[in-house]
Amino acid sequence: MNNFNSLYNFVSGPLVWLAFIIFIGGSIYRIYNLISLVNKKERFIYTYLSLKYSLRSIMHWIVPFGTVSWRTRPVMTITTFIFHAGLVIMPLFISGHVIMFHNAWGFSWASLPTGFTDVVTLLVIICSFIFLLRRLFLREVKFLTDASDFGLLFLAAAPFITGFLAYHNSANYHLWLILHILSGEAMLIAIPFTRLSHMIYAVFTRAYIGSEFGKVRHARDW
Amino acid sequence: MALPYIEYEKNIIDEGLETGTKNLTPERIKQVMDKVLHGETGAKLKAYTDTCVHCGLCADACHLYLSTKRDPKFAPSAKVKRTMGVILGKKGKVTPEFIKEASEIASTECNLCRRCVQYCPFGIDIAYVLSVVRRICHLCGVTPLYIQDTAHSHSVTQNQMWVKEDEWIDTLQWQEEDARAEIPDCRIPLDKEGADFMYSVIGPEPKFLAQLLYQAAIIFNAAGLNWTMPSTPGWDNSDMAMFTGDAEIMGRNKRFHYEAALKLKVKKIVMGECGHAFRSAYDVGNRWVSWAMPPIPLIHAIDFYYELLKTGKIKVKEKYKKSVTLHDPCNTIRGRGLHEKARYVVNQLCENFIEMHPNREHNYCCNAGGGVINCGPPFKKKRVATNRIKAQQISDTGAEILITPCHNCHSGMEDIVGDYGVDMHVKFISDIMYEVMEKPGLE
Repeated sequence: MNNFNSLYNFVSGPLVWLAFIIFIGGSIYRIYNLISLVNKKERFIYTYLSLKYSLRSIMHWIVPFGTVSWRTRPVMTITTFIFHAGLVIMPLFISGHVIMFHNAWGFSWASLPTGFTDVVTLLVIICSFIFLLRRLFLREVKFLTDASDFGLLFLAAAPFITGFLAYHNSANYHLWLILHILSGEAMLIAIPFTRLSHMIYAVFTRAYIGSEFGKVRHARDW
Repeated sequence: MALPYIEYEKNIIDEGLETGTKNLTPERIKQVMDKVLHGETGAKLKAYTDTCVHCGLCADACHLYLSTKRDPKFAPSAKVKRTMGVILGKKGKVTPEFIKEASEIASTECNLCRRCVQYCPFGIDIAYVLSVVRRICHLCGVTPLYIQDTAHSHSVTQNQMWVKEDEWIDTLQWQEEDARAEIPDCRIPLDKEGADFMYSVIGPEPKFLAQLLYQAAIIFNAAGLNWTMPSTPGWDNSDMAMFTGDAEIMGRNKRFHYEAALKLKVKKIVMGECGHAFRSAYDVGNRWVSWAMPPIPLIHAIDFYYELLKTGKIKVKEKYKKSVTLHDPCNTIRGRGLHEKARYVVNQLCENFIEMHPNREHNYCCNAGGGVINCGPPFKKKRVATNRIKAQQISDTGAEILITPCHNCHSGMEDIVGDYGVDMHVKFISDIMYEVMEKPGLE
């Protein structure tokens, strides 16, 4: 038990700090890196950037079925929106995390009811599975897929799978809890250094192409 | 009716690619990669290649993919994987054989039409990435023979078709003379300083489509316009150098084009029904010469016809009777949003307009633009075979006439119509306008 406690304290203490420092520091570095590259070589991008058209583009793409592309692939659209919404909202509002935060910092915010989060967790796991099936069986996706794509999918799904098991499998609760925390940290650390960085860059690439299509080409990009 | 799939030779021999590959050394590849990967490219290439999550959503955008029973290697991101993906993965250390393969993919399997950009959730400009691949192949000296020849022509003559200066003037005078047989006071005014606009065309017009110059002269004269054409280089607005990756020649030619207009002190440039030339002058070539936007207004023919009809400068005698459908060219629709104006023009000129689906910004590409048709006969069969979806799309309209206000689309579509046996004729807007408009002063 003592062993578990010290391990738990380590992964839920210093390792969390480390993960967040790397995640936030790494993300800032990636953004800094991108902007300094623009400043060095592609300053023309600023000439064409437009807040109005950036937002127009982002707003269309952030809404499920808001674009022709989303409407062409309804299963993918539903899957990706549930998956990504779950990925962003769950860590922030699941009651276990809010309570931990309260214990550590003395303040907290509203959390989602556990019945709901349980269902969402399951949905995210199902979505991950659909992504896996796409990679294995859809020819155009399979052609593009390499080992890293499976790795990244696993990294993103692992916190949900382990969290779900920790919550429902009381026999191995400690094991799954530790794995849950570790996998969450692994994912955070991976974001700035892998293609998970689309989380950081998406807003920039959308804003730029939205501006080009809106301000220069007077055409829709959705 | 479902159209057939056309078989094509997979191992295409192109002399330009063969000879270029034979002459290519590892040292030169290294030099080129250093120049392009570390010098010329920056945040765009990095963000695009780092952000793509291999989701495959772009596949549904590509006419090649949709035309080949969904062959995954033709999905836009797959074409990036097969070219830039390998280059970046090997840090530029690729073989001459690979450059040859990449050149064929980038030059003949992608039209840079940017439809896939509209299907990517991140807005990754795949056309840009493949343009960079073309740039690398150009600097390696490995480009398809026919398009390279047009780039050479741009370099030597500032026009695409080796048209000599006297031939250019002679052709205009010949067309003027012919037009005067129809309308006696019709003129093609050369070098008229201070005219309202300079009319610019692409090299193939004087070379083998001279009737288009004739038609333009009749239209402008009927509308009573104060216009001119330059007798000196700069009259050609086309740009195959943009498509081979020869940015230096592209920039030089855009300068010639705009400087011709500035020297003539015209208020604007009106250009004929060409798509890629518009892209080059409005969006790409001008940027190379550091003009964020064209230095004087650049009006595409669709836009100009719209103005002529809207203001009543051109009146329609009797609308065109045959049923027509309209192909939306990428460079003026996705590239400039002229789709509603094009529809206004077509509806003003024609009685029976049938939409093809999808349309407007989402129209399927012709598979000829982006320099693909300019890669010439070796790739013709492949180009037609990999655009069955287009043949199906136009055939489904049941229209008698296909209007394509773009030269590359026009030629490509003629091949498609012919090879798939679609019962349809391809026309420019000006062909129909010339036919149905009132012609004051007619003999």
